[in-house]
Amino acid sequence: MAEVLVYVDHVDGAVRKPTLELLTLARRIGEPVAVALGNGAADTAAALAEHGATRVLTADAPEFADYLVVPKVDALQAAYAAVSPVAVLVPSSAEGKEIAARLAVRIKSGIITDAVDLEAGDEGPVATQSAFAASFTTKSRITQGTPVITVKPNSAAVEAAPAAGAVEALEVSFSAAATGTKVVSRTPRESTGRPELTEAAIVVSGGRGVNGAENFSIIEKLADSLGAAVGASRAAVDAGWYPHSNQVGQTGKSVSPQLYIANGISGAIQHRAGMQTSKTIVAVNKDAEAPIFDLVDYGVVGDLFEVVPQLTQEIETRKG
Amino acid sequence: MSLRIVVCVKYVPDATGDRHFADDLTVDRDDVDGLLSELDEYAVEQALQIADEADDAEITVLTVGPEDAKDALRKALSMGADKAVHVEDDDLHGTDVMGTSLVLAKAIEKTGYDLVICGMASTDGTMGVLPAILAERLNVPQVTLLSEVSVEGGAEGTVKGRRDGDTASEQLEAALPAVVSVTDQSGEARYPSFKGIMAAKKKPVEALELDDLDIDADEVGLEGAWTAVDSAAERPARTAGTIVKDEGEGGKQLAAFLAEQKFI
Ligand SMILES: Cc1cc2nc3c(=O)[nH]c(=O)nc-3n(C[C@H](O)[C@H](O)[C@H](O)COP(=O)(O)OP(=O)(O)OC[C@H]3O[C@@H](n4cnc5c(N)ncnc54)[C@H](O)[C@@H]3O)c2cc1C
Ligand SMILES: Nc1ncnc2c1ncn2[C@@H]1O[C@H](COP(=O)(O)O)[C@@H](O)[C@H]1O
Repeated sequence: MAEVLVYVDHVDGAVRKPTLELLTLARRIGEPVAVALGNGAADTAAALAEHGATRVLTADAPEFADYLVVPKVDALQAAYAAVSPVAVLVPSSAEGKEIAARLAVRIKSGIITDAVDLEAGDEGPVATQSAFAASFTTKSRITQGTPVITVKPNSAAVEAAPAAGAVEALEVSFSAAATGTKVVSRTPRESTGRPELTEAAIVVSGGRGVNGAENFSIIEKLADSLGAAVGASRAAVDAGWYPHSNQVGQTGKSVSPQLYIANGISGAIQHRAGMQTSKTIVAVNKDAEAPIFDLVDYGVVGDLFEVVPQLTQEIETRKG
Repeated sequence: MSLRIVVCVKYVPDATGDRHFADDLTVDRDDVDGLLSELDEYAVEQALQIADEADDAEITVLTVGPEDAKDALRKALSMGADKAVHVEDDDLHGTDVMGTSLVLAKAIEKTGYDLVICGMASTDGTMGVLPAILAERLNVPQVTLLSEVSVEGGAEGTVKGRRDGDTASEQLEAALPAVVSVTDQSGEARYPSFKGIMAAKKKPVEALELDDLDIDADEVGLEGAWTAVDSAAERPARTAGTIVKDEGEGGKQLAAFLAEQKFI
């Protein structure tokens, strides 16, 4: 059966959820062969095998951590040459997209980024994408070369599908360009203990209406009562109330959870671009005219300082 | 030697307008007002700041786009860039990222450069991959998605910057020439001054066609694209939700809705 190359996003061997989703999609097209690079690469094998990887190609070298993007492109290209896959799938992180794009240029293939669904088609995989702040849905194909497609988190369900997952060492020789951009230092982001924003089933966000960094504790308490991730509008981030890594929207993270709760957020087009595909949308805003209400399944027109603590309290009570 | 900076700027349909697709499933650029992509204003701003710091620098703004794309170049020139290059050709209609990057790379080489600065993503296509592809095509280092950037040592010097990634924040460094992209965290873009707007009218705008860049028509355009859009459908309007006014029980009502939907 045809093989599909799946690029593995992992942190020191812990496979991130979007990669497991990618394996679900890959199985619609062929047999997934995973490529895991860097520190802990071989430790990814068990999780990958459990979700359908027939083979796991691994490589580790200091270059992967010490230089930006290109060493990973070199490795993915080596895997591509070794496997001759029918498609290459990569998680749609900022880095994932860059790796995929450079590979596509090298192997003379078209690229589709930020797919939200993938099916097998007569002329190769068909990708569904959202366009114009998710107000349109398009279906596209790659017409030249081996399809290279990046897929957004939460695009498919994670499914168990045990396979061999045989670990094989991948031979990589680095290109002259590999050491072009040096990573001089790296400061890991501190974990908040909450779910990852792009992977969370529920996201609770706060905007300008939250009116101050200290008030974000109201948003966090609601999030914690639901086991949710915390998001913020750009207005809240620009004001310095919440970190940029939590920004939802065009220039922040794009999220597609089961439930999105917007508090004190007006619903500007750039914010909608990052949350419009959420399954259920709920908003609390004191302005009945706020555009966010055009999107909601349930909206409360009211002061978030009254509504949100009452909601949190009620959730705690119902949970018992 | 003077530091030669090329800033890639895109002319895009206004995001707050009613954006849609044309019959051939390309982005409709006729029915919606266009403008310089807001995210590319950040690139122009960083170019201006780097040029200010350098002893001697020259900023060229470059666009690949239709006739109207001149508006984007004018805006960048009025912010303070020195000159502009506009690649315009009927055969470019429908070009995808692979074709656009090929045209940009050839135009950048023809112009001459030490540093290329891009925005983090275009506001219409929002792929965010073009800067990486440019670096690949030009065979120079990629220093992308920077929220802070500086150049030391002029044209033969180095570019440094901070990249805030998903799991870590990284300090990056590369020797020039290089391709950089900057995020909207890099610092607010300036407004053109009246003087700037007047001066921009006299600044040179070089027009290039595919022939000038030795690119064949079949390498670009809808025909030359390596991807095909088969369909585009407007997302069905969300069914109108329930909206209640808080009269003291709003939080509880919301909790009841969430429970009914099995979120609690
Ligand atoms: C190029 C570009 C990229 C951008 N990228 C992003 C992005 O990625 N993400 C993003 O979010 N934005 C982005 N923006 C900004 C966007 O245009 C809006 O400015 C921003 O989303 C507004 O944030 P907000 O809704 O929190 O603030 P506002 O628009 O000011 O809305 C605040 C809302 O809070 C309500 N409110 C106030 N007090 C209370 C209260 N006590 N109780 C209840 N409600 C209250 C008000 O009624 C109002 O509706 C971008 C803009 C540009 C130009
Ligand atoms: N047609 C174009 N002309 C000039 N620059 C462009 C063009 N398209 C994209 N760019 C540059 O590439 C960046 C990223 O674009 P993209 O990968 O399309 O999201 C933009 O912010 C611009 O700096």
